[in-house]
Amino acid sequence: MNIEYIAGIIKAVTIPVMALNSIPLLVWMERRGSAFIQNRHGPNRANIGPITLFGLLHPFADAIKCVFKEPFRPTKAHPIFYPLAPALVVVPALLTLAVVPLADHIFLMGAEIPMSVAELEYGIVYMFAVSSISVLGITLAGWASNNKFSLMGGLRSTAQMISYELSLGLSIFGALLVYGSLNPNEIARLQGETFFGVIPAWGVLMQPLGFLLFLIAAFAEANRNPFDLPEGESELVAGYHTEYGGMKFSMFMMGEYVAMVTLSALTVTLFFGGWQVPWVTTEALQATVGQPLRVLCQFLAFAGKTLFFCWLFIWVRWTLPRFRYDQLMRLGWKVILPLSIVNVFVTALVLLGLGWMKGTL
Amino acid sequence: MLFDYLSVVVLLVLGLANIFGMMVLPKLLRPHNPTAQKLVAYECGENPIGTSWLQYNVRFFVVALVFIIFDMEIVFMFPWAVVFKEVYATSGPLPLIEMAFFIAVLAVGLIYLWVEGLLDWIRTIR
Repeated sequence: MNIEYIAGIIKAVTIPVMALNSIPLLVWMERRGSAFIQNRHGPNRANIGPITLFGLLHPFADAIKCVFKEPFRPTKAHPIFYPLAPALVVVPALLTLAVVPLADHIFLMGAEIPMSVAELEYGIVYMFAVSSISVLGITLAGWASNNKFSLMGGLRSTAQMISYELSLGLSIFGALLVYGSLNPNEIARLQGETFFGVIPAWGVLMQPLGFLLFLIAAFAEANRNPFDLPEGESELVAGYHTEYGGMKFSMFMMGEYVAMVTLSALTVTLFFGGWQVPWVTTEALQATVGQPLRVLCQFLAFAGKTLFFCWLFIWVRWTLPRFRYDQLMRLGWKVILPLSIVNVFVTALVLLGLGWMKGTL
Repeated sequence: MLFDYLSVVVLLVLGLANIFGMMVLPKLLRPHNPTAQKLVAYECGENPIGTSWLQYNVRFFVVALVFIIFDMEIVFMFPWAVVFKEVYATSGPLPLIEMAFFIAVLAVGLIYLWVEGLLDWIRTIR
């Protein structure tokens, strides 16, 4: 069998498994991190004999609890859409991860293999297209539960996510203009150069405003604080997943955390050099340490950056208070959306001006 | 090219298998004895009155409409953004002017909504 097919299947299995296994770790990070920020102990009781692993066993205990919990479907809930909704949240979240490159291409038995599940030429478009499906899941969850809190949470969530999806899409156009590519691996590779030989030419330096707008929109898109109004536990019980329990509830949680990982990975790929180890190009690294170590270095660089952004999500959540709904909509429509449009045009004008100076016009 | 989409399909199948594993297999492990009270929709312990499939505020509908318009705009901007650098080398600032016209038409819509106050969440009744 062709090596490319085998590698493709191996990647399609390992990358989602990695993403799913990062969820307990992120839950642990969130709970311990919040405890650290609020100056308390956090989870530290779950144990196997004397082993507590700093509370790392809590997420596993949670998972076991969710599996063994009795499922229920409210009599008034919609029989088809009620169980369908959590699936519609999890599957797109997993699918978006397909185009994120974990390292540069590897050469194996004469074949060039990309280190993402699928290296699509239009990866960024694919990512946006698939990730917007999860809005449907949340809308359906709110509506199909036939619960007033769920309906309100679902509606709020839908309005918030579609409003900020616009900003999320528009804020990256500045970066796309600079790179001139929609292929995530190509974008990461283009960020391997340096300014003046010292500063890595990451997208954040070329698109500071774009990055800021993207980050704000990403927080809203992942339904995280300060934009966690859909859940708003002090006003809406639990928002769109009020009526979900056990495994279905944990699927919503998984969707949320995978979305967090995906958005962090996208931020890193677009604005922080993706798998680039600072100051070292793929070729130089490969010449020094050989291919397996090169891939490992790049993967660790990528994972470290992504983990930092996951931590940023948690950090912000436990630092800032929640927005009010009218403030949220005002910020989205009247500040971030016009600013992202302005950002696109300013970037295009600067690119034109630079072209002028170089004499290409 | 097509092969890449094949791996996406493999991923989709795995995701669906994952869903199956999470929703169906735990059935073997967990208890199942529903009672009428257990299956009532949660409303702070009260019996819910009526259905919640009601009419809701029209503002959400307006937001959805505006979203569709702007999302279409984004779709048309993707190819422009990618080829921008190559095209302006040959045709000067023309692509920028064209896109400015395209956005301006849509921006008129946004300005209309803004002036009409449809972007304000809290509105006084006129």
